[in-house]
Amino acid sequence: MINMYEVSETNEMIEHENLDVRTITLGISLLDCIDSDLDELNRKIYEKITRTAKDLVAVGADIEKEFGIPIVNKRISITPIALVGAAACKAPEDFVEIAKTLDRAAQTVGVNFIGGYSALVSKGMTQSDENLIRSIPKALAVTERICSSVNVGSTKTGINMDAVRLCGEIVKATAEATKERDSLGCAKLVVFCNAPDDNPFMAGAFLGVTEADAVINVGVSGPGVVKKALEKVRGKGFEELCETIKKTAFKVTRVGQLVAGEASKRLGVPFGIVDLSLAPTPAVGDSVAEILEEIGLERVGAPGTTAALALLNDQVKKGGVMASSYVGGLSGAFIPVSEDQGMIDAVHAGSLTLEKLEAMTCVCSVGLDMIAIPGRTSASTIAGIIADEMAIGMVNQKTTAVRLIPVIGKDVGDMAEFGGLLGYAPIMPVNEFGCETFVSRKGRIPAPIHSFKN
Amino acid sequence: MKKCIVTVLGKDTVGIVAKVCTYLAENKINILDISQTIVQGYFNMMVIADISGIEKDFTVVCDEMAKLGDEIGVRIHCQREDIFEKMHRL
Repeated sequence: MINMYEVSETNEMIEHENLDVRTITLGISLLDCIDSDLDELNRKIYEKITRTAKDLVAVGADIEKEFGIPIVNKRISITPIALVGAAACKAPEDFVEIAKTLDRAAQTVGVNFIGGYSALVSKGMTQSDENLIRSIPKALAVTERICSSVNVGSTKTGINMDAVRLCGEIVKATAEATKERDSLGCAKLVVFCNAPDDNPFMAGAFLGVTEADAVINVGVSGPGVVKKALEKVRGKGFEELCETIKKTAFKVTRVGQLVAGEASKRLGVPFGIVDLSLAPTPAVGDSVAEILEEIGLERVGAPGTTAALALLNDQVKKGGVMASSYVGGLSGAFIPVSEDQGMIDAVHAGSLTLEKLEAMTCVCSVGLDMIAIPGRTSASTIAGIIADEMAIGMVNQKTTAVRLIPVIGKDVGDMAEFGGLLGYAPIMPVNEFGCETFVSRKGRIPAPIHSFKN
Repeated sequence: MKKCIVTVLGKDTVGIVAKVCTYLAENKINILDISQTIVQGYFNMMVIADISGIEKDFTVVCDEMAKLGDEIGVRIHCQREDIFEKMHRL
């Protein structure tokens, strides 16, 4: 039988170390809503989302109360809208109408974000894909809850550089369209390489076409719990360090698995995956950077950071895999800047640079995340940064992503405020040498040799 | 059998066990195991109980126990046992 020590350990994690389930994300396929009439399409989309997700928030709240575990977000991911809207949308403005419908549906069911205003263009773009991408700045400016993503490359297909160049322009245009709110629109736009179909985390969540009609995916968190556990093994060898991370990740993930199972049962929707992630928030003691510092770095960004992060990421996976029946999504440590107080402090202290963050993305779960850069950064430079990050993903057969915020009207030394879980960020300097000629080349970067496995 | 874990934490005072146990009895919650200590004047109790017989919704029981805690001046958490079982047992 459970003993008092175990009960207090769990409750200590919840009350003092920010253990929570970060998100229950209900994936909803919109493929059966497809219609060539835009009004009819919008009606079907609204009806399906509000019907399928009507109990999501209430069920989440019940689970929270019964198990005493906070579930921070209840969210929805949908089929990439470039596919759903292809038959009905003849211009970018038509897609904006779908965005408004999605926003309304999300508001009705009470979720804070809905992800899947997306296009998958890793090899080529259809007219519909291009229209959706061109509609992103306006769609993100006129809605509150929409999250958008574009997959521009994969290990199998290479990198679609035409899409990368276009995304550079779109990131810039989104920043302009939301400049009154520190270019907040860009915090809801992710450019991916090797995007997973079952990611529950925003802003990059969408429900891939390989998925069922509806599915429950859960993202766990718990950087504070890992940090606290590591305080007890200061000065010990790597074996003990790694074992401690694994055991902690196992415990955290088991909670995610439990919540996922309960949500699936109560909503009558199949369970998809648990995403084994360390997802920080701006709250004190909920930081991935603090874990890395606990491992032994004076500040994140110091030499040794990439190795420490590689170790952390790997142990989180090893501990978590056994705790869940199905693992997927992004799974690993997230290193967003604005959403992690330790990262913000490291930028302030001059320890963490964009280049070091890029190196860290080779071994973390995703990529350059929630990084504020000067608003005057050119579209071609943004495209260059995206291309670099996509290349890391393509060659290393992992998911990488870019969520940069060129904050219009602000420069290095200023702060950008996004509010809530999105946090705040110091503007980081960007290498000022150009790459215009490189990113202006048309076509694709071919897939790497090690992708030919058949 | 559906089990819950009730934890009570706070400054020691007369009648904590009595009030908690009365509430459990009134709601047909059968106590299976109970452990209690006092560390530096702080009362710490854990009850494992069977909730198969409850007539109310379990979320209502959670709310009412928390409210009872407020009245006594201690913190009472009532949670389904599964979260501890999953975390600490293979």
